[in-house]
Amino acid sequence: MSYEDALSSFDPVMGLEVHVELGTATKMFCGCATEFGGEPNSQVCPTCLGLPGALPVVNRTAVESAIRIGLALNCNIAEWCRFARKNYFYPDMPKNFQTSQYDEPIAFDGYLDVEVQGKTYRVGIERAHMEEDTGKSTHVGGATGRIHGADYSLLDYNRCGIPLIEIVTKPIEGAGELAPEIAKAYVAELRDLIKALGVSEARMELGQMRCDANLSLRPHGQEKFGTRSETKNVNSLRSVERAIRFEIQRHATVLTDGGTIVQETRHFHEDDGTTTAGRVKEEAEDYRYFPEPDLVPVAPSRDWVEELRGTLPEVPSVRRKRLQAEWGISDFDMQSLVNAGAVDAIVDTVAAGADSDAARKWWLGELARSANERGVEVTALPITPAQVARVAALVKAGELNDKLARQVIEGVLAGEGDPDQVVEKRGLKVVSDEGALGAAIDQAIAAQADAVAKIQAGNLGPVGALIGAVMKTTRGQADAARVRELILEKLGVS
Amino acid sequence: MPGITREEVAHLARLSRLELGAEELDHLATQLDDIIGAVARVGEVAADDIPPTSHPLPLTNVMRPDEIRPGLTPEQALSGAPAAEDQRFRVPRILGEEQ
Amino acid sequence: MADLTRLTAAETAARIAAGEVSAVEVAQAHLDRITEVDAKVHAFLHVDTEGALNAAKAVDERRAKGDALGPLAGVPLALKDVFVTQGVPTTCGSKILEGWIPPYDATVTRRLKEAGVVILGKTNMDEFAMGSSTENSAYGPTGNPWDLTRIPGGSGGGSAAALAAFEAPLAIGTDTGGSIRQPGAVTGTVGVKPTYGSVSRYGLVAFSSSLDQGGPCARTVLDAALLHAAIAGHDPLDSTSIDAPVPDVVGAARNGDVRGMRIGVVKEFGGDGYQAGVLERFNESVELLRELGAEVVEISCPHFDYAMPAYYLIAPSEASSNLARFDAMRYGLRVGDNGDRSAEEVMSLTREAGFGPEVKRRIMLGTYALSSGYYDAYYGQAQKVRTLIARDFDAAFAQVDVLISPTTPTTAFPIGERADDPMAMYLADLCTIPSNLAGNAAMSLPCGLAPEDGLPVGLQIIAPTMADDRLYKVGAAVEAAFLDRWGAPLLDQAPAL
Repeated sequence: MSYEDALSSFDPVMGLEVHVELGTATKMFCGCATEFGGEPNSQVCPTCLGLPGALPVVNRTAVESAIRIGLALNCNIAEWCRFARKNYFYPDMPKNFQTSQYDEPIAFDGYLDVEVQGKTYRVGIERAHMEEDTGKSTHVGGATGRIHGADYSLLDYNRCGIPLIEIVTKPIEGAGELAPEIAKAYVAELRDLIKALGVSEARMELGQMRCDANLSLRPHGQEKFGTRSETKNVNSLRSVERAIRFEIQRHATVLTDGGTIVQETRHFHEDDGTTTAGRVKEEAEDYRYFPEPDLVPVAPSRDWVEELRGTLPEVPSVRRKRLQAEWGISDFDMQSLVNAGAVDAIVDTVAAGADSDAARKWWLGELARSANERGVEVTALPITPAQVARVAALVKAGELNDKLARQVIEGVLAGEGDPDQVVEKRGLKVVSDEGALGAAIDQAIAAQADAVAKIQAGNLGPVGALIGAVMKTTRGQADAARVRELILEKLGVS
Repeated sequence: MPGITREEVAHLARLSRLELGAEELDHLATQLDDIIGAVARVGEVAADDIPPTSHPLPLTNVMRPDEIRPGLTPEQALSGAPAAEDQRFRVPRILGEEQ
Repeated sequence: MADLTRLTAAETAARIAAGEVSAVEVAQAHLDRITEVDAKVHAFLHVDTEGALNAAKAVDERRAKGDALGPLAGVPLALKDVFVTQGVPTTCGSKILEGWIPPYDATVTRRLKEAGVVILGKTNMDEFAMGSSTENSAYGPTGNPWDLTRIPGGSGGGSAAALAAFEAPLAIGTDTGGSIRQPGAVTGTVGVKPTYGSVSRYGLVAFSSSLDQGGPCARTVLDAALLHAAIAGHDPLDSTSIDAPVPDVVGAARNGDVRGMRIGVVKEFGGDGYQAGVLERFNESVELLRELGAEVVEISCPHFDYAMPAYYLIAPSEASSNLARFDAMRYGLRVGDNGDRSAEEVMSLTREAGFGPEVKRRIMLGTYALSSGYYDAYYGQAQKVRTLIARDFDAAFAQVDVLISPTTPTTAFPIGERADDPMAMYLADLCTIPSNLAGNAAMSLPCGLAPEDGLPVGLQIIAPTMADDRLYKVGAAVEAAFLDRWGAPLLDQAPAL
């Protein structure tokens, strides 16, 4: 069934659950490092390994991050809340329970505004709660290398116990055909907010932010929600949009054919954009939640909460609007900057003294191209906003032209040092010695009598040819505008 | 309160990851029924206006600074492992899924 | 020289400090005693001869250098096998942990080592501390040194028996529903459950996290106080640890006195179901306290009748979760891994083979009580009962300084008598459970022998939270008065092994 047909009969209702791995130095309940990429089982202790007798102690910074996320999402912060044990057996989880929060989340009842096609949608936030990540299993043998059909598994617990914040939306209703885009915009906005808070880098490709997408359909006019499916681990913005779109069409097809939707978890496949059903459980899970007796309640004082409120950054959407106005650019240009992930770099470059046009020009031009060639984010390039600002300053002062400035940037990226060092080493200064320029101009005038005659007759077209010749003689290190002035002056046409 | 059935006991055994034998299951069903009958008395006294106590001490906000503490070496971590490979715990194939 | 194994801990430490005897000689005397009698008693699951002699040697070396020694330096101790010990096997009396050697020390273990205490080995216990007789140990029962055919109490039967058999002057136990006090009562020794949160649980293998509390076991009140002071105090690794100074228990034990104190007899503990000789000894203790200058009144704690049902919901519920980690994946036993079975199947086969009947019973009961649909009626209600019991204590302690009762309704029963009758077994902890639910402090100390069977009877003293010193003040006064009356410690009447 086509997407349009699906929406002609049904209203989609979505629910998004996003897990964010906090960027704390240590784990949620123990002092082990959280650094990514360590040797297997090198960042573990009795607590996160679930050894008999070991006990958890809450990481204060993780609680502060949770409260700040809650405040940024316009939530109420609980005056008193607890951790609970969620009991189920799974080898990635050494205690065979996850320490999480159940009916007493630290933050609840908030919202996040997202913009889609120029319109603002308010996505309700049900709750944000604290929990811990699991370890990682590698499945060995079998034909597929995946979990099913493997011969055995290998477990690494370095990730086990890293603090997670789970953010759950209220049912998102009334999105209509924009549902997939709203879902994507919500996750994008949430990611920007998390980054702005400085609590996580929220890099979806590294699993620092993971999304589960619930979807149900109901016939137009019906109030009761339909049965939902839960698509797990949808781990890029594009996948969020595609997974919702696919599930809308799948549900509509089943329902239209008179079938029923089974409440189940589904897996999203990046390659073809489809979802498939997870393994059917023989029995309904029963997590037997109860208050974690090894931890005491968290009761944030109002003073503490207000102090944390004072540390909140400007909301990303508001900040974008402000910057767009300050820089005087169009919606389209702003969107390009956002898409390129260059907004912060430009802000920093402007702060380092460049004007915003120049900053945008370099980050979106030469640097974006370089980043693309290297396959990295533009902000990951080995050049600082201060260095870019210095290049812009040299151009503005007339000491570099654009062509030379590109070479300077190339030098900085190649590790040849600061812009001034590259200029020095590569000898890239604009030739501003009027004597040397004069000689080159005289040479060009002498060599191109025809062009000179035309110019003197009032046709300025051939000036370009003369400038080109001068630039060639000076190996590009002349200021073209100044050369033009000098030629016209010499020929008496200025 | 109705007594506990043999099926319920079997379900509890699966939830608890205990591969009980048939005879053991019967025996446990009888004993659990007795015990549950006796402990159900807690329903007699505690009224709605009584708050639950999950913990004997009224402590709150016990937290530690976000500072790294030395943990175990990988050798120590794996020292009790029934099987290990490539510095990881080796376990039988996993059928279920992460929650 | 007197038999070193008959000395109190305080005397032993004093002699070592004075250079009258070396710590190594003391340790060797106890190791010899263990070799001599433990085949009969079976108090120990593991004897760490080398570790004990090395620790003793280190104390002697420190003394030789002129270093100041702590009040228990060089004193041997038997550690319940529920505390982890780096490099020394820890089994919790369970087959599922057979052969496991922890890579870390419990806070209690670390503090004992720092105090120069010589850890002789690990003592027998009911599997994962679930039981009142030590019959639930996967490694066989422990005998009561008063009568080896009878139970030494539980779960810390090994620790109590080690004291009564003069295998160690000090021991550590854990008390979740009475596992320090009840073994103390039936072996004629002293056992204290400190206020919940005053002894760190870090490295204590959890049975029921909100109830478990480590504590001292000894043959005298003063020895218990010295050990209490050595292990108690705030631990940043245990979130439920109290961050406040430990009451001066040693000072209280040295100055036993009940003059002017108001003491409450718990009305609900007595009568039907209590052995006549137990009540006789208890009533004698009440008279003794009056003679010593205390005012004794009767106090009703109406909700104590509901303590046992609440306990048998809360403890199994927490246990079902705490014991989930024993799953054959990372440590301990693994059964049935034939290369074909799944992790899930191996988990279930291992837990089936590795846990004993009582542990399985409680895991099942706890799983049931926490299940959706039953949670409110069972776990939720039990937690409300907990509130009511705490209120009973608050009301009582508004009127009296301490409460007293028999520690346990009967003297030591024969091994096997209640083995497959869980409800009968659970009665052993009737009087001890309320303090675990409320978290306050309690002690058991010997108050004589029941005339009908000649076995020890325990007197329980209960104090408010963080008033542990009152236990020692009252306990020391009672102990001194009985010693006066009997002319010798009660344990001198125990048969020779």
